[in-house]
Amino acid sequence: MIEVRELTKRFGATVAVDRLSFSLDQGEILGFLGPNGAGKTTTMRILTGFFPPSSGQALINGHDVVEEPKDARRAVGYMPENVPLYSEMRVEEYLNFVGGAKGLDRRRSKQEAGRVMEEVGIAKRAHQLIKQLSKGYRQRVGLAQALLGDPPVLILDEPTIGFDPGQIVEIRSLIKGFAGTKTVILSSHILPEVAATCSQVVIINQGHLMAEGPIELLRAGRQGGASLKVLLQGPQEALTRLLQDVPGVDSVACTGASPHLEGACYFTLETEAHGQVAARVAQAVVAAGHGLMELSPVSASLEEVFMQLTTEEHASGEEAA
Amino acid sequence: MRAFLAIYRREMAAYFHSPVAYVVLVAFLLLTGYFFYAGVSFYTLASLQVMQNPMMMELNLQTHLLAGLLGNVSMILLFAAPLLTMRLLAEERKSGTLELLLSYPLSDISVVMGKFFAAWSVLGLMVAATWVQIVLLAFMTPMPWLPLAVSYGGLLLMAGAFVAFGLWTSSLTENQIVAAFAGFLPLIILWAVGWAAPLVKPALGELLKGLSLGTHFQGFPKGLVDTADLVYFVLFIGLFLFLSIRTLEAKRWKA
Repeated sequence: MIEVRELTKRFGATVAVDRLSFSLDQGEILGFLGPNGAGKTTTMRILTGFFPPSSGQALINGHDVVEEPKDARRAVGYMPENVPLYSEMRVEEYLNFVGGAKGLDRRRSKQEAGRVMEEVGIAKRAHQLIKQLSKGYRQRVGLAQALLGDPPVLILDEPTIGFDPGQIVEIRSLIKGFAGTKTVILSSHILPEVAATCSQVVIINQGHLMAEGPIELLRAGRQGGASLKVLLQGPQEALTRLLQDVPGVDSVACTGASPHLEGACYFTLETEAHGQVAARVAQAVVAAGHGLMELSPVSASLEEVFMQLTTEEHASGEEAA
Repeated sequence: MRAFLAIYRREMAAYFHSPVAYVVLVAFLLLTGYFFYAGVSFYTLASLQVMQNPMMMELNLQTHLLAGLLGNVSMILLFAAPLLTMRLLAEERKSGTLELLLSYPLSDISVVMGKFFAAWSVLGLMVAATWVQIVLLAFMTPMPWLPLAVSYGGLLLMAGAFVAFGLWTSSLTENQIVAAFAGFLPLIILWAVGWAAPLVKPALGELLKGLSLGTHFQGFPKGLVDTADLVYFVLFIGLFLFLSIRTLEAKRWKA
């Protein structure tokens, strides 16, 4: 559905996107992650035909974005960052214009405008001037124009910026609802958002592909072992020594006293592998006569994966220099 | 075609939903109205004198009144056009709406043409509004309708040339003021460059006259059509529309 091969974009001496390749099947939702300036927007602009790549290829629905720009763009609904809209127009009037610009006839255009306004929840604002809308509603208008014409591919650049938490949940569930029918790329630097809505994730940093794959895979594939969080009652030093002696535990860190239980303290253990180590830790603590209040595995969050990938790159880059 | 119409309608709405079109239209009508009043007063005075002394000169409505008025109108259009065209592409570039517009499955040609025809329509409306004066005049004296129609055709053509040029300067920058000034200056120079013809070598003079907007417009207010003038204006419009499309395309590549 979407295929990006060896995509490179240079602006003068700066390389914004460097030999980026990934692909996405129909009905999947891809989270496009990266710190600011990583090349997310540049990649999206290439996909939507705003400018061509310096080298490499991008296909949408089998159409090359440079060779067959109209066919490629016909398949795409795009919502740019900051959602530039014609502020002097009214919502419905604007959406009718978008319909025309996308090549729909007037009847179809009107129909579609009505449909997308319902879908994103702005039907009540149809006759309001866009400049009078709040940021959240402008964002919805932006989403509405992308959805207009029912394109099979949606490219959304930071779609939930400007929403309050309630609206974010609403928009996320709207996007999640496209799973299976539309192919979606959404860029974000908000990781829980990606974890909540996307089936696939691509992480880029400084124009390079850092990781690609299903979200679960990325979490599991994190370097090193797992970690455990335990809440224990007893003398801190003795406990630390005890935990260090458990086979399989690499390091022990006391992360602070419990706010609720007197004399209890949280420890974070870096371990080799989960199951057995947790059991051994529990046994050791109980055998020594201390209180075991809580023991839970800590699975790596997407944040950790992200930080690990993006900072490692930075460090190795410095070494090379 | 649908995309062209959508853009045309949006641009027209942008002119008429904002004060732009009204302000320009009112200012234009006040100015031309004043020139009309002054011209007619003077012509009346001249007619009275000629009635007393028929040998003095031969007075003709088209050459002695209308040609002057239309010349003034064309000068005012020269100043109004860049003000109307400066926002066409510069504003879209600055506000970022161009990025979204270009993500739709439409051609650069329909973007440029939609905008060109919208601005041309507004100028056309201004030109048409001066017919209030023509109608007033028609109550007082028989009108040379055919030459007059030719003159107005010439005015519209020239307005088209101004718009095409202004659209091109608007495609070059994201700053509207820059677009307007880059529109005025070359147009004024192109307009007046023919005046220098008698002062230079004959060959160069011919070249200057050939380039000059003003020289090619001269015939129209008198009711004269010269194919060369027609071709000049059509080519002028075509050239700058072509350049606008190319600039838009090039900006895509560079952006």
